[in-house]
Amino acid sequence: MSQRTPLGKVRGLGSAKDGTDHFWKQRVTGVANLILVCWMFVVLAKIAGADLQTVKSTLARPQNAIAIVLLMLSASMHMRLGMQVIIEDYVHSEGRKVLLLMANTFFCIVVALTSVFAILKLSLGA
Amino acid sequence: MASAKPAVKRPLSPHLSIYRFQINMVMSILHRITGTANYFGTAFVAAWLMSAATGSKHYETANALLTHPIGMLLVFGYSWSVIHHMVGGVRHLIWDTGRGFSIANVNALSWLTIVLSLTLTVLVWVVGLISRGAIVL
Repeated sequence: MSQRTPLGKVRGLGSAKDGTDHFWKQRVTGVANLILVCWMFVVLAKIAGADLQTVKSTLARPQNAIAIVLLMLSASMHMRLGMQVIIEDYVHSEGRKVLLLMANTFFCIVVALTSVFAILKLSLGA
Repeated sequence: MASAKPAVKRPLSPHLSIYRFQINMVMSILHRITGTANYFGTAFVAAWLMSAATGSKHYETANALLTHPIGMLLVFGYSWSVIHHMVGGVRHLIWDTGRGFSIANVNALSWLTIVLSLTLTVLVWVVGLISRGAIVL
């Protein structure tokens, strides 16, 4: 006999109240990363170690700039979800866990926005 | 009455040490390790992008680090880590559809993951270096 309320069954979100949200976002960002990382490998193979002018002009091209911005947004979301699971698996003290989960969020946002800022500066700035 | 003294030596549930080596457990832990490496590696990608955006002095420093043998080794390792995690991710996407769960398929997919990730990494570097003229065939 199920103890669940009819409303709980309809919502289907479980005790954590977000259902398959984490799982699904991990998949969607994963597939996005798959496509965008392949693109970036092609770009980076061309310009890794090259002089600054070549790197700048290549990264500033709209198709590359947009791809990198998309990749850094998608990758940072993927990273945050993945590291969240690792922290939840291995850190059992409540205080440390909450602090690390916050640090995880901060890290991912800083990495994403730093990259986006750099790309926008390269493409739009002087 | 609650007592802390263990009166009887009770059997413990099986722990890590009793499992024999299986390729899928290695791929499972490698997926997590490469994911963590990618996590921190992305910060270096962000730093590299910033160095290119903030002028030649910073970029020269970044480039000197990247073209140093140790730097190149780390970049090579990072590229493998990203590719391995990507190939492993595709394996997970296959499993997400409910396919590939027989023991034979799990083992085959796990071996395929490591073989493909190593092959693709070498391929990316060889093609990259050839296209840059660093290797002449």
